[in-house]
Amino acid sequence: MNDKTKFMLKKIAFYAFIFTVVAWILVPIIVSALYAFSTKQDYYDPHKVIPTHFTTEWVKTILFTLGAWDGIKNSVIVAVLTIIISFALGIPAGYAIARYAFKGKDTIKLSIIALRMFPIPVMAIPLVVLYIKLNLIDTLLGVALAHTAMALPFVVLITSSIFAGVDKELEEAAMVFGLTRFGAFKSITLPLALPGLAAAAMFTFVMSWNEVFVASILTLKNRTLPAQILSIVAGAAGGAAPAYYKFAAAFIMILPAMLFIFFARRYLVTMWGITLR
Amino acid sequence: MKTKYIPYLLLLPAIAYLLFFIGYPLVQALYLAFTKNGAFSLDTVRRATSDPTFWQALKYTILLAIAIVPVQLILALILALAVNRAFKGKDLTIYALIIPLTISDVAAGLIWYTMLSDYGFMNKLLLNLGLISQPIHFFGYEYRMMEFLAIVIAEVWRATAIVFVIILAGLQMISKEYLEAAEVFGAGYWTRLRKIVIPMLKPSIQSALIIRTLFAMQVFGVVWILAGRDIPVLAGEGFYQLTEIKDYGVASIYALTIALLSIILGALYVKFLKAEYLEVRT
Repeated sequence: MNDKTKFMLKKIAFYAFIFTVVAWILVPIIVSALYAFSTKQDYYDPHKVIPTHFTTEWVKTILFTLGAWDGIKNSVIVAVLTIIISFALGIPAGYAIARYAFKGKDTIKLSIIALRMFPIPVMAIPLVVLYIKLNLIDTLLGVALAHTAMALPFVVLITSSIFAGVDKELEEAAMVFGLTRFGAFKSITLPLALPGLAAAAMFTFVMSWNEVFVASILTLKNRTLPAQILSIVAGAAGGAAPAYYKFAAAFIMILPAMLFIFFARRYLVTMWGITLR
Repeated sequence: MKTKYIPYLLLLPAIAYLLFFIGYPLVQALYLAFTKNGAFSLDTVRRATSDPTFWQALKYTILLAIAIVPVQLILALILALAVNRAFKGKDLTIYALIIPLTISDVAAGLIWYTMLSDYGFMNKLLLNLGLISQPIHFFGYEYRMMEFLAIVIAEVWRATAIVFVIILAGLQMISKEYLEAAEVFGAGYWTRLRKIVIPMLKPSIQSALIIRTLFAMQVFGVVWILAGRDIPVLAGEGFYQLTEIKDYGVASIYALTIALLSIILGALYVKFLKAEYLEVRT
């Protein structure tokens, strides 16, 4: 075997490997989307690997009869509230870490990273007791407050790295020309940081959109989508709903998240790389 | 001077919020777990630990982590190394690999149910290819080990992406000069990998391991969808105790067990995987 064939074989093996891995990720998503719209007959026909008859019945039932549409609305409200609260608290903190040198900075930064690892159940279960006292139980604000506790460490770290990426000199120049520190922040740093902040907001959205434990525990009637889906498809004993409802539910859940990744994909690697190191 | 306090004032709201939402629940969880009628008592602890399900849940949570995390790390490492070079379709490959980042554990459970159920894609495909004559049963109490396997598959599918992204970001930070220098001195691919790439990746590997293991201790959605309580896990049992039994104390003990495991594991990782940097090694 000469070097050229060896090289070609290596290349083919490499592409075969990449293709396999990509298929392993994509096929389940495509299949579950197809099955979400397949008819009952096609699903139970053992010879039909890929369905050919389609219906929107299951998706409609999940959305309108079983309440997933309300779940979607609730999820959006909770996620937006989470973004607003966590950014209102997180942006000043991120700015402080990015721009000031002060005593205890590293300790504070490390503690914030450590808090991101805090187990959610420990937070969620006692919150039920508190929320009953505060009349926050089964409210969307209550869920959003808990999701904010989850998202805030992430927001602080990511905004600090975004602000650190904006040149300090631009801000100083603006201050020389008579702007206050806040004015310089508002008219120079913030606009420059906006694309990064938008990506961070999308991630906060996805984080809240996907969270199920806190949402299931803190709500009963006003459920977010994952909590709603969880109670539809899996009762306490597990596996209550017919299979085709499950596929439809999966389809409804992943669609928005896939849209987000499409819009935020440019920031993905750098953002996670920075925050999680 | 007043400006000295500005950074602290800016940080204060965020820190106060986190302290309240994490500190208060922690105190409250300890209170729920260790008191009875306002006095210290181990009654709730006894009630929780005398139930065999508690030990089952502890066992399955740890077994799941042992089955999932190493596979994810190795797979992510191979993928990151494969993708970290120029080839046609590189960007598309990376996008495809990180799609699961946005898919929740509940959705991943549902997607893999679609794939693995009796009339699911896998069974139909294998049947029609003539590879099996009977569908492989994955779900139901009798097939516990298969349910376990289904959870492992779904979790590896969903959460390898985050390990991949962390390692890829770490790889991209390794300066090309080290590798080029090593190549000049005749180091082959494996030598470079062992002596340069892996040691320099240690911080990334460490954070990926910590993140994945700690989240594995909280595994819930995917288990609840695919196995219900057939395979009890700590978070799932805490959820069940709270929502069905309404025993807040026992639910708190499950949550505190997760916290305790997380602390022990975090400390172990930091101790044994101390970040080593090429620069300080001679």
